[in-house]
Amino acid sequence: MSTNPSGRFGIHGGQYIPETLMNAVIELEEAYNHYREDPEFRRELTALYNDYAGRPSLLYYAEKMTKDLGGAKIYLKREDLNHTGAHKINNCLGQALLAKKMGKTRLIAETGAGQHGVATATVAALMGMECVVFMGKVDTERQALNVYKMRLLGASVVPVTDGTGTLKDAVSQAMREWSSRIDDTHYCLGSVMGPHPFPTIVRDFQAVISSEIRQQILGKEGRLPDAVIACVGGGSNAIGSFYHFIDDPGVQLIGCEAAGRGVDTMETAATINTGRPGIFHGMKSYFCQNEYGQIAPVYSISAGLDYPGIGPEHAWLHDIGRAQYVPVTDEEAVNAFEYLSRTEGIIPAIESAHAVAYAMKLAPSMGKDKVIVITISGRGDKDCAAIARYRGENIRDD
Amino acid sequence: MNRIAEAFRNHKAFIAFITVGDPDLETTEQIVHAAVEGGADLIELGIPFSDPTAEGPVIMHADNVALAAGTTTDKVFALTKQLRATVSVPMVYMTYANVVFSYGTEKFAARASEAGIDGVILPDVPYEEKDEFDAAFSRYDIDLISMIAPTSENRIARIAGGAKGFVYMVSSLGVTGTRSEITTDIGAMTALVRKAAKVPCAVGFGIQTPEQAAKMASLSDGAIVGSAIIKIIDQYGRESAPRVRDYVRSMADAVHAVI
Repeated sequence: MSTNPSGRFGIHGGQYIPETLMNAVIELEEAYNHYREDPEFRRELTALYNDYAGRPSLLYYAEKMTKDLGGAKIYLKREDLNHTGAHKINNCLGQALLAKKMGKTRLIAETGAGQHGVATATVAALMGMECVVFMGKVDTERQALNVYKMRLLGASVVPVTDGTGTLKDAVSQAMREWSSRIDDTHYCLGSVMGPHPFPTIVRDFQAVISSEIRQQILGKEGRLPDAVIACVGGGSNAIGSFYHFIDDPGVQLIGCEAAGRGVDTMETAATINTGRPGIFHGMKSYFCQNEYGQIAPVYSISAGLDYPGIGPEHAWLHDIGRAQYVPVTDEEAVNAFEYLSRTEGIIPAIESAHAVAYAMKLAPSMGKDKVIVITISGRGDKDCAAIARYRGENIRDD
Repeated sequence: MNRIAEAFRNHKAFIAFITVGDPDLETTEQIVHAAVEGGADLIELGIPFSDPTAEGPVIMHADNVALAAGTTTDKVFALTKQLRATVSVPMVYMTYANVVFSYGTEKFAARASEAGIDGVILPDVPYEEKDEFDAAFSRYDIDLISMIAPTSENRIARIAGGAKGFVYMVSSLGVTGTRSEITTDIGAMTALVRKAAKVPCAVGFGIQTPEQAAKMASLSDGAIVGSAIIKIIDQYGRESAPRVRDYVRSMADAVHAVI
């Protein structure tokens, strides 16, 4: 409903990659078109979702939070309860299964917070595939626990020292690696970004989130929600949460961008709010960049949202006004991280806390008859040491 | 006959890549003159990009140095114009899609044309995406150079068929950088390119020695060298020009000797 065969979302998307990789993405697209409707593939993937990842994930009525905020009824989509603790596993299971059918024996991936790296390492272990994860040097330091997990799962982790040593540099290095070894290797891209067909493939594997929300909320409330709120870096959990509501104009779709220290500072990663159209990492979309198109060194407390671009389908949803993208600062996200922990006994990932923070502002302004769904994209264990540090408390997580 | 065609007319062509602004614009100017004196038939000027995904560590580092030194697209245009006053060999830009798109593709093409540029190489713009750039460049008689990779296979005829200026044949998988050997069957690649292309083809990626350059030139119409030159500039900084001239001379002589 929202794509065309050339992988464009309005003016966004496309395949801006070196010639060396073109046949690889064409082969991937052909394989995906073959398997996406294949009943055997669907059956295998559903079995992995249900029996391995623990789907469907719960849609939980956050009663205390609802009462405390005094407005709209709040539901939490608990992607944090998935195996490996985040939504990333949905995509990795799908892509690894597809790669296996294509005869690939090796998975490479980029990771920011480490959640996608852990999920890729996990499915590689499960499916007996070799795995190499590229991670910005800065991120390996702020997410040391996830680095250990990846190694424990049998993956090798390559710290990337180029540029800002964060997610964008990890993506660049994974692309370079893929262009040097294509035959046996699939690049398991972690978000709805990069060249076509990745934004579509990842979206489809993550769309299980909104498909479940729809069914679950109809069961609980007998109606669709008034708003669905999710955090956005590249935007995979957000597009997964939005997808099956795009054709329902009564459902407000809200993506929460990482504003870092604020959209009026240089230390921000809020792409829609501070960026402009560009071409990078294989796609046309919005990017944080200077007047000459040099990609900006972005910042967020959240390693998972610390990315200068956004998936092309989000760029298009923004252009046509179907979704809105709001900035949330580090401080607001940390407050929400603490709030959800205290109020509901759920420690969200700092990424997901950006969505919680915006919901805390929105819910009180809505009537008690309204319903909002917040996607808790991951669990916050990995962030505890960093948040403690942010609050001036030094704990060790080793 | 345009300048690029002229470069391949009398002998095999030696093409030198230089990152503009590494270590500064004055040195780049000297290095370009030195490369021409050394016998380079075509100069590729790299407009630095913050995140060059097709480059290996050497050119990546040069891009960082150039940007840190304050190099901008406008300063590259100004330097090109200045060079064009005395340099008669063809000059092409090598940069990334966002540098052009973000500047405004039409405006970029107009400024590049004013500066005297003959072609543009955009490694992250494959055949499928070239039209939006080619449309603007064509209006200003700038050739958008097409690239062919060892993985191109069934795509070669289509890409080479529409190629302008020259065909850039990528010798190996992976990114730019010197290699001890090139294992791709370049001869077979050239045969497929020549069947479809109306323009010459040159081989780049991984070439460092005069022997390698001569071999690649013998299998095609020319050799392209980047990282090996950038390494000299990284080592000698502002004193690089004479070293680059000597190196280019050894390479160009080897290439020109190929029948």
